[in-house]
Formats: sequence, structure tokens, C-alpha cells
Amino acid sequence: MKEFFTTQFGFSLLLMVVLIGMILTAVAYCILLERKISAWVQDRVGPNRAGPYGLLQPIADGVKFLLKEDIISANVDKALFLLAPGLAFTVAMIGFAVIPWAGTVRLGDSVVAVQVASVDIGLLYILAVGSLSVYGIVLGGWSSNNKFSFHGSMRAAAQMLSYEIPMGLSILVVVMTCGQLRLEDIVAGEAGQMGTTWNVLLHPAAFVILLVTVFAESNRLPFDLAEAEQELIGGYQTEYSSMKMAFFYLGEYVHMITASAFVAVLFLGGWELFPFSDRLGWAWLQWLNHDESIWAMLCRFMVMSGKVGSFIFFFMWIRWTLPRFRFDQLMRLAWRGLVPIGLGLVVMTGFCVYAGQPATPWAPVGDVVIVAMVLLWTVLMKPRATGRQSHLPPVLLDVT
Amino acid sequence: MMKDEDIIPIEEPRLTAWDLLYLPQVLQGLKVTLRHLFRKKVTVQYPEQRRDLRVANYRGVHRLNRDEQGRVACVACFMCETACPAHCIHIEGAEAPWPDREKYPVKFDIDELRCIYCGMCEEACPVDAIELTTEFSFVGCTREEMIFDKEKLLEVFDQTRDIKPRKNPPITGYPDVGGPIPRVEDSNANTVEHKENHL
Repeated sequence: MKEFFTTQFGFSLLLMVVLIGMILTAVAYCILLERKISAWVQDRVGPNRAGPYGLLQPIADGVKFLLKEDIISANVDKALFLLAPGLAFTVAMIGFAVIPWAGTVRLGDSVVAVQVASVDIGLLYILAVGSLSVYGIVLGGWSSNNKFSFHGSMRAAAQMLSYEIPMGLSILVVVMTCGQLRLEDIVAGEAGQMGTTWNVLLHPAAFVILLVTVFAESNRLPFDLAEAEQELIGGYQTEYSSMKMAFFYLGEYVHMITASAFVAVLFLGGWELFPFSDRLGWAWLQWLNHDESIWAMLCRFMVMSGKVGSFIFFFMWIRWTLPRFRFDQLMRLAWRGLVPIGLGLVVMTGFCVYAGQPATPWAPVGDVVIVAMVLLWTVLMKPRATGRQSHLPPVLLDVT
Repeated sequence: MMKDEDIIPIEEPRLTAWDLLYLPQVLQGLKVTLRHLFRKKVTVQYPEQRRDLRVANYRGVHRLNRDEQGRVACVACFMCETACPAHCIHIEGAEAPWPDREKYPVKFDIDELRCIYCGMCEEACPVDAIELTTEFSFVGCTREEMIFDKEKLLEVFDQTRDIKPRKNPPITGYPDVGGPIPRVEDSNANTVEHKENHL
């Protein structure tokens, strides 16, 4: 039995169970943290009645969700209506499979990767699963047979479609720089194996693009137009109640955690504590980065979790800072801002790769130049057509 | 009819390149929220802590005053019932057993759920028998329980007599159970005096 868990397959199974447990707990506490942060930003205290500092609130929330009446409206498409929350949750969950958490670990005689599935096309897998996540929302809105829900899911579909392109472009920059699709190799590359470093230092603009698109993909403010409580009364989840609604929530937060891990791996060096740490040659950093003992693995896991946690905090911080984009602003940001910058970055990285220096220290300068060029283009263009246009007939208000 | 000069055309501000970058503004916003994250919280933990009343003449639950001899002060004139916009007062009058007045209420019911706490009954009363107290946290399990009858209203008077002595209007300036009351502004006090003189 012990031997079984030292094989990659056995270890992956074990990791899967551990990760699912951890993530579900993390999600429950993410919801509490979200409420706490929203309260603190608004100078309130936040939930503090259930347990010390409100720490038992997730349990109370769970019990409440389970005990609520489960309403299925009369004219919904029942099969899809029931499928949608599960789909939203499952799809968010399976993205975890390829996230490399802590390099490799030696168990007995074998060395195993701390990753549920170490696949060659890890990056493509995440992208594919990420695009599936819109299905939960679209099906939920459509099967609800409710105009507002449907409107929300239509928004979600258009938004996902638009933001997948800049996301793909910024990821393409990483792929070209590292020459890898395997996530653990990208992390290793960021640790400096090929004269490279963290991608955020090489391509800060690509990092910002990915960050913005990740916000849009996980339907978080300022891009939560699919939900939009004020306009669409909750959008796609209007008709959902009880545990089915909880599944949408869980899906959203799991998606957030996956996205955070994804960004941390692609741009922030995964489990590496800080950039250039290998070049310092300090013994404990070498141990942290390369040792295959269980303790080093756990330390790496902590570093990675710390980065994911910071991202989650950042997600929430942004949520309670920025107001929601209007839909035309959202589309303009994607198609006139992020896509041109992304394209420029890809072309520039192409030249760098062609010159044989994908990780040249001049790359960030190129980023700045490209962002400046796109900005210039935006400024020089005609003023945008928003609001009342002067060539349209005037509206006569008969206010008596 | 709206005139042409009433219409003020407003142009959308042109964004500069710096504004179009969005990020500086976003960072500024993040700075603001981060500051609030660590600021002192303003929450009052209600059942344990109570905020001072903002206004001294807060209009809470009613009471029926007693006169010096402990009798109900009401003379069943129906002024409050007539003035009440919510029709929540129901009085049944009868000939008074005392020589100093003609009538007294045998029944005096106020539906506290229907009441809108406007204070019109208090204004209408010629003998200052009905008054609103500052008590706002009173509950019941049924609707019937929330219809306060004469005994209940007199009981409210007995309970709040020390907090707010009967009559002589200063309806401002008495302490609430929650704590000290903010001082009554001078202008406010003047109006009260004026009202008194007028009466």
C-alpha cells in the first residue's frame, strides 16, 4: 500500500483528495474573507457573531444554504437547469489538475511531481477548461427561462469571447519566451534555467493583460456584467436558490483560486520565493528551490499558496474598489486596448525569439513602447461616439 | 415648458493618454480602499452597545399620562383620533366619575403596528395626555399583542415617568436609556418656548 502512494499515480490520487479538501475549505473561507474585506473597506466590522471573529460563519452559511427551500420554477428546462450549477462548479474544479504546486518530491526510490496530472499541454488544458466555464453560466441563464437571466448569460458569452483573445495573446508571449507548454517547465524556466527570469519582469504589460482578462473570465468586478445585481437582479443565477446557487458561488471562488494559481505559475515564478534566487547561491534558497525532501516540498507549497492567497486578496481588494464597467466600455477595453497591445507584444517577442534572445533585458522596454504606441493611436483617433450625438435630432422634453 | 436657456449642454471630458491608461487611477482607488481597510470601524454592536439618540424628541412608543392623582389624564375628546392620519387610535369615552372633567376613556387602544409615529396625536391633545416616548425597541409575537390598550399605555407612562416627566413640554432634553442626549440647540429651545407661550 505504501509503495502504491510512492508511484506517480498513487501520489496523484492522494494529492487530488488533499487538494479537493483544501480548496473547498479555502473557498468557504474565501467567502468569509470577501465579506470581511468588503466590510473593512466600508469601515464596518463584518460578520463577527458566529464563533470568534466570525470564523464559524462558513459553516453557518453552508447550513443555511442546505436548509433553504430549493425552488425550481415551473417553466424551466429542468435538465439543463439542474446541470448548469454542477457544470459551473466542476469545470472550475478540474482546472486544478495541471497546476504544479511544489516541483518534485522524492518518496522512497521514486521521484514524483507534486501535481495531479503532469501533462505536456498543461497550458492548453487550462485554456480549454477555462473556456468551458462559460457553459455553466450560459446554460444557467438560458434554462431559467427568464429574460434577465438570459441577458446575463448573453453578456457572459460575449465577454468571455472577447477576453479570451487578449488572454491567449498574453499567454502566447509566455509560451514564446519559455518555449514550453508544460507548466512545471515554465516555472523551472522562470527559476532561471535558460537565462530567463520571472515573466512579470520580462513582460509586465502581458502580465497586466492576463490579470485583467482573468478578472473578466472569472466574472468578478469590475467585469461582473453577467451578474450585475443592480441591473439584472443577479443575472444568470436569479432563478437559483439553495444549494444550487451555492454551487455557482463555489464555482466562482474556485475559478478565482485556479486563475490565481495560473497567473502565479505563468508570471510569478510558481514556487520560487523571489526572482534571481538561484543566482544568489545561498544554501537555504538552493534547498528551497531544488531539494526533493518532503519538507522542502511543503515549503515550496507554502510559497505557492502564499502567492495564490495574495492574488485572492488582490481580487477582493479590486472588487471593492472599482465600479462595474459598462458593456460598451468592456468591449472597447478588450478590442481597442488589450488586443492591440497583446498583438504588439506577440510580434515583439517573435523578434526577440528570432534574434535568439527570448529573455533579453530590453523586453520590458519594448513592452512600454508598445503600450505607449497603442495609447497614442487611441488618443489620435476621433473622439469616441458615446452619449448624445450632435448630428442626431434633438430630444424635446416637454416638462410643464 | 422648458426654455432653451434652461438646457445646459455638457460635453463628456476628453481623456488624455494618461487617463486612458486607466492604471494610475486604479492604483489611486486601491490606495483609498487600502487606507479604509485599516481605519477605525464605525459599527455599533447593537444589542450590546447603543448609539445615543440623534434627536432628543425622538418619536417612539406612545404613553397615556396620569395626572397628579394618578388618574388617566385623557378627557376622551377624540382630538387625537381625529388627527391621526393612520387611523390607529380607537377611543371609547364615558361620563367621568370625577367632578373636574366631563368625560374619560373607558377604552383607549393604539395599534402600534399601524401607527406611523408622526406625533400628530401629541400635538392635537389639549391636555397633554398622550405623548410619544423615546423607546423604540418594543416587540410582540402577534399582531394582537401590538395593539396597546389603556392599561398598557399607562404602564408605559409609569416606566418612562423618570426619563421624561409628564407635560411642560420641553419634549427635548431628556436622557434616553442609551445614554446622554446631545444638547438642545438654542434655536430649537426658542421654538419650544414660543410654542408654550402660544398655548
